[in-house]
Amino acid sequence: MTAAAQSLNIIGLAREVYKGSPTTLCAGCGHNSITNHLIKALYEYGVPPHRLAKMSGIGCSSKTPAYFVDRAHGFNGLHGRMPSAATGAKLANRELMVLGISGDGDTASIGLGQYCHMIRRNVDMTYIVENNGVYGLTKGQFSATADVGSTLKHGGSNAYTTIDVCGLAIELGATFVARSFSGDGKQLVPLLEAAFAHRGTAILDVISPCVTFNDHEGSTKSYAYVKEHDVLVNAPDFIPAGKEIVVDYEPGTVQDVELDDGSHLLLRKLERDYDATDRLGALRTIHESRTRGELVTGLLFVSGDEPDLCERERMPARPLRNFAEGDLRLDRATFAKIAGGA
Amino acid sequence: MGNKAVNDFTIRVATVNGSGSQSSNLVLTNAIFRLGVPVAPKNVFPSNIEGLPTWYDIRATARGYRCRTRTIDLLVALNTATWTQDVASVRSGGAIVHESTYPVAGLTQRDDITYYAVPFTELAKTHVKDGAMRKYLTNMIYVGVLAELLRIPESTIEAALGAQFKSKPKAAAANLEAVRVGSAYAREHLPPLENIAIEPMAGATDGLFFIDGNRAAALGCLMGGCTVSAWYPITPASSLCESFIALCEKYRVDPETGERKYAIVQAEDELAAVGMIIGAGWAGARAMTATSGPGISLMAEYVGYASFAEIPAVIFDVQRVGPSTGLPTRTMQGDLSFTYSLGHGDTKHPVLLPGTVDELYEDGMAALDLAERMQCPVFVLSDLDLGMNSWLTKPFAYPEKPFDRGKILRAEDLSAHPDWGRYRDVDGDGIPYRTLPGTDHPAAGYFTRGTGHDEEAKYSENPEVWQRNLDRLARKHETARTLVPQPLLEETGSAIGILAYGSTHHAVVEARDLLREAGLETDYLRVRALPLAAEVAAFVDRHETVYVVEQNRDGQLFGILRNELLPEQIARLRSLRHYNGVPIDASAIVDPVLESRRELAHAGGARS
Ligand SMILES: Cc1ncc(C[n+]2csc(CCOP(=O)(O)OP(=O)(O)O)c2C)c(N)n1
Ligand code: SF4
Ligand SMILES: [Mg+2]
Repeated sequence: MTAAAQSLNIIGLAREVYKGSPTTLCAGCGHNSITNHLIKALYEYGVPPHRLAKMSGIGCSSKTPAYFVDRAHGFNGLHGRMPSAATGAKLANRELMVLGISGDGDTASIGLGQYCHMIRRNVDMTYIVENNGVYGLTKGQFSATADVGSTLKHGGSNAYTTIDVCGLAIELGATFVARSFSGDGKQLVPLLEAAFAHRGTAILDVISPCVTFNDHEGSTKSYAYVKEHDVLVNAPDFIPAGKEIVVDYEPGTVQDVELDDGSHLLLRKLERDYDATDRLGALRTIHESRTRGELVTGLLFVSGDEPDLCERERMPARPLRNFAEGDLRLDRATFAKIAGGA
Repeated sequence: MGNKAVNDFTIRVATVNGSGSQSSNLVLTNAIFRLGVPVAPKNVFPSNIEGLPTWYDIRATARGYRCRTRTIDLLVALNTATWTQDVASVRSGGAIVHESTYPVAGLTQRDDITYYAVPFTELAKTHVKDGAMRKYLTNMIYVGVLAELLRIPESTIEAALGAQFKSKPKAAAANLEAVRVGSAYAREHLPPLENIAIEPMAGATDGLFFIDGNRAAALGCLMGGCTVSAWYPITPASSLCESFIALCEKYRVDPETGERKYAIVQAEDELAAVGMIIGAGWAGARAMTATSGPGISLMAEYVGYASFAEIPAVIFDVQRVGPSTGLPTRTMQGDLSFTYSLGHGDTKHPVLLPGTVDELYEDGMAALDLAERMQCPVFVLSDLDLGMNSWLTKPFAYPEKPFDRGKILRAEDLSAHPDWGRYRDVDGDGIPYRTLPGTDHPAAGYFTRGTGHDEEAKYSENPEVWQRNLDRLARKHETARTLVPQPLLEETGSAIGILAYGSTHHAVVEARDLLREAGLETDYLRVRALPLAAEVAAFVDRHETVYVVEQNRDGQLFGILRNELLPEQIARLRSLRHYNGVPIDASAIVDPVLESRRELAHAGGARS
């Protein structure tokens, strides 16, 4: 094998293809790291660029789809309203691989309604919340994911309870919920790939420090805070479909999660009893860790057998957008019966 | 005591809603239709499930008028709460069939009308044994009374009942018995009706059928290839989506696999609904939503976005009376200027203005074509009168043309034009080319955004780029002028013109006949869409005075005309508005036009 051939992924594309325009975000912004991890995951997973639909709302985070996979179609929509457009795109063409990028303001404040209903419908897509606890783009106001008591850079402390987008998602019946940290590629990349493989809405809450407005002492979404308070419930390893699974962990400490496309997510258990298929247990873990001031990361919950929106709606495999006159119009006799001609 | 009205009268049934009178009214309507007499039903109902006053007008009209009449000829009074006002609505020489316990005294005692007291409650008690059915069957008793008074043959009523209770022959039989109770009572106790009569006609209703506008629009969407729909329930638009669901369930499901060639989502609100259809339009499916004014308000941000990002979407606005909840079960043409420019910044959308159920069907298809051809949201403005009432119409035409999918570049096209630009005006009509996500070509992708962008869809804050793009969008809007449905003209060379749109049309038709009888010939232009076709200005040029008739307080079309016409053209316009929530009638046009003629003559006379 030549060196050049080695750097192609399973569909024969170079990593370059997964890159986008240069970022215009602040240097050191957590969102940039997530973009890089996404490029790696999309490349490794072998996502065909033309099948990728990059959807986003509004915010620094929502700008990032311009910074990866230039070849793919992007849809930078309205603040908080990306889930509806993503839902429509998936209904029109279910062959698309829909990837939604949002922020904590975009998801937990203005977009909370659409976020909840996307989860209820189990729209088949990956939904990433690039969570920095503030509104970056509008210069540092609190978002609804800010922790009680955390402070703003220029003074002011958050008095209101926090919305935990993972806990909420699990409560709403989400079928894949993970949390990670923008600085932890080792954990995030396999989780992203597992999210791509999942059928249904895969929620990834990625803590992503805003170095400009929320990286100071007193912030609970800063690099320093996350490094200190991160508690991993499991450490993932993603094995694509068709590859042999070689378990090199000690038996009894690994949870093997088979994903919808036949690939596997191996979770090295760090917390003894953590079972990522137990909805109530996941909620308890999230809640308890928050009371302890900890940030629990890893695959928090997964359930494989729920039908997604397209299945519930009994849609054909053929994308709806490909149906033509002959498929959709009534024939003359049937038409005449209901339109007055018979 | 008034003239004899043959095949030219209105029956009003005044009752409370929830009393189950709908079937009775439909049976009466259908029976008159079966005698070959054109009939126009109108339901004026409250925003309530049970207990508030509701009126159902059935207009028999040999000349085929479709609009409401202001006064009525024959009242069926079954609501004590509105008894006084209902009596007042009957024309001199008319008649009233009423529950015999209602007092005929004071205001309700008129000597120019005939009263037919019928002990409905008692008849029902003695003749309808089934308590659960009594409410419905009591209403069939008045059908029997009217059938006898109007001399509608029992066989015709029976046929109408058969059509109404198609799948329930037992119900049809029970109802027929109730009808007979009424007709027997009338035969024995009531004197014949003198001034109102039905005579069977030939030829006037041949081939016509009844359909409500919402179902007609849904049928247009079905035949126009709409595959994705998202909606949030709201009167009077709900039944448009519900009709679309029903049609899809019946005709778009594979009988073997159960697979559906459509996806319809009941969204969490109207902004989500429009977001879904915009996402679907972006990804290449034909998609529509239907709502009313309050929903349009919520959709504003996404509609502005879709206009600027150039994404097809079809939005039906079945208008009701606003602002806010207003009168949700009454009708208005209140959203014309709002929908035309919905969004912030320099935004304008094509707005189709169907005036008949047939046009609603046609515009459903046309809007789906136009949205893809123009790559933008297209509104179809219906209203409660058009959408929820049953209209007698000629059969709809089977579509002969293929879908117009507009300027879409496929992978094979891209190999010839790898340097294509998403927002480049190649053809000079302002309409660029687009690719659909999923197109397997390295040059297919582009970034759709609501932010400033150049011809290549790249982010730009450059003032020249911004202005160039806005100018192109203005060019595109000019192209729309020629692509939208064109105005309909009826001209005989009169100096006086009438200009109207939408459901107001039906009142204009009758008003023009009445004006002609009063010695005033008028020409007529019906606007079928915004942006206005060039023909509108030319029509104004050809007339000394043009009456702009519409159903809103502020004269919204009048306002748009004032924006777009020249000062000397504007000087010829007179705005006539009707805005009380019930559909416009002919006298709302005839009276002010005649008044205005008198004023103009007086002013002219004073000058000379
Ligand atoms: C309807 C609407 N309201 C307000 C704004 C202004 N706005 C832009 S981004 C933003 C907050 C973004 O916060 P978040 O989603 O957390 O993204 P971040 O910038 O932090 O990544 C707001 C309020 C807008 N674009 N649209
Ligand atoms: S303001 Fe914050 S969130 Fe926005 S780009 Fe800068 S660091 Fe990132
Ligand atoms: Mg944020």
